[in-house]
Amino acid sequence: MRGKDLEGMARRIRGKVIEMSHRAETPHLGSALSCVDILTAAYGSVLRIDPGAPADPGRDRFILSKGHAATALYAALAFHGFFPESLLDTYASHGSRLEEHPTPNCVPGVEAATGSLGHGLPLGLGMALASRIQERPYRVYVTMSDGECNEGSSWEAAMMAPAQGVVNLCAIVDFNRWQATGRSCEVMALCPLREKWQAFGWSATEVDGHDVKALAELMQRVPDGSGKPVAIIANTVKGKGVSFMEDDNNWHYRVPTADELSAARKELGLS
Amino acid sequence: MRNAFASEVTALAAADKRVVLLSGDIGNRLFDKLKATAPGRFLNCGVAEANMTGVAAGMALCGLRPITYTITPFVTTRCLEQIRVDICYQNVPVIIVGTGSGLSYASLGTTHHSCEDIAFLRVLPNMTVICPGDAVEVRLALRAALQHPGPVYIRLGKKGEPIVHASPPPFEIGKGIVIRPGRDVCLLSAGTILPVVMQAADRFTEKGLSAQVVSLHTVKPLDEALLAEAFRSFRIVVTIEEHSRLGGLGGSVAEWLSDHPVTAGRLCRIGTGDRFLHEAGSQDDARAYFGLTPGGIVAQTLAMMETGEAHVDRR
Repeated sequence: MRGKDLEGMARRIRGKVIEMSHRAETPHLGSALSCVDILTAAYGSVLRIDPGAPADPGRDRFILSKGHAATALYAALAFHGFFPESLLDTYASHGSRLEEHPTPNCVPGVEAATGSLGHGLPLGLGMALASRIQERPYRVYVTMSDGECNEGSSWEAAMMAPAQGVVNLCAIVDFNRWQATGRSCEVMALCPLREKWQAFGWSATEVDGHDVKALAELMQRVPDGSGKPVAIIANTVKGKGVSFMEDDNNWHYRVPTADELSAARKELGLS
Repeated sequence: MRNAFASEVTALAAADKRVVLLSGDIGNRLFDKLKATAPGRFLNCGVAEANMTGVAAGMALCGLRPITYTITPFVTTRCLEQIRVDICYQNVPVIIVGTGSGLSYASLGTTHHSCEDIAFLRVLPNMTVICPGDAVEVRLALRAALQHPGPVYIRLGKKGEPIVHASPPPFEIGKGIVIRPGRDVCLLSAGTILPVVMQAADRFTEKGLSAQVVSLHTVKPLDEALLAEAFRSFRIVVTIEEHSRLGGLGGSVAEWLSDHPVTAGRLCRIGTGDRFLHEAGSQDDARAYFGLTPGGIVAQTLAMMETGEAHVDRR
């Protein structure tokens, strides 16, 4: 996808995510909006996955470790043809395959059940090690939240990956500087985050997490030649794309009203 | 048991390229042969069991058959949530192997005991729980687990335990092995305590009672046909395990019994008490403390036969 198409895709995903939250009355909207551009870069230009053959053993893997942003993943997958868009309208309704956190094999393209934080990086590391054992040169991308960096298991995986010489694993931290109830660098001593990953043996870079082109370039360069796994610290804004949601942590739990939905869609140029 | 596991996993890894052994920084030298025969398929995951469990699940999602291995409380309980979410919820075929189960590492203290692990793992959907009774059953259990399409937990002792089976018996997950037929009491043994149960059976003989011994190696799923037959044929059915009387084999059979009330026999549950052990000593000392000796098993069984009352732990 080209730059302009990618921007349009990001706007569409944002509109859909807000609509899904409104319709199903589900929380975590701010968290979903903050990682839309990461998902757009991944599915729009980086990942080698054929939506028609989503179980191909040689495919790249993408794990949304911050499973509470599931709406963004579902919308990205549907818009890239992994399953019919109409399924998005069933999100979180009784009997739907689309729950508030992704369940195992719920829809094509979802690689892992996530929701409990700190699970995605170990799973992704296992997949990256499997590629070496099975001699299949795919890449594994794990998108984590900054709050998720509170979990010890994330750092266990962070220590093991370089020790094993894993180079086809990329951790992308959606660094929106908020966790559920506070600033992520105040609740825990998370900062300096890039330096932490670097000290753990990763090739760590900071990037504007809403610059789809820059994100895609970094993600495409995995392995990056350093002999290390790659960490991308994506500086993001929680609630990105809607002025009255940006950097307001109330939108971790708030559900948009009908008026707010239409105002948001207008800002996104969707109506 | 540990050495049988190491030898069997080495053979299985040589025959099946999907087999990967993940160790939580134990087994120094024990797996040298595996490392030589299956290069790249032994990974020391460090002292980081949560990550090791997730890594195993990730590998299994890609078609490998990983085995996680370390001391029982650490491979089962430290990482219980990873087992629940990454392995059981996703229903991937990871084999979890705990070594030093029950009171095997009595002298190391309660941090290294595991008398609750069966209870924790058996309540997880999709999980199979196997407690081999000797080194022969360890090999058979591992082979069977590798043929099983879902998660399996195998609970090992340490090393040097007596061999009970002179030759490999038929082994099937969920099917108990009748080792010695009998008429008066039925002893259902799960796991490492089996050699002690065999000695208890001899004591019953000395007292003129005929004891049937079953290695009920699979705690989940239970061998329901065997249980139905046992409670029909015996006045008293005894569960024995190096595990808490709560939630292990005894707990499982009690639950089963409450769903199948029309039976003749009474259930007697023998295991460790609802408390931690606070004194130093060997495995034999710790077993004696909890009445897990041939004499203790006989005494508790006879008490129930005579009074109709279950063993009450008053210590």
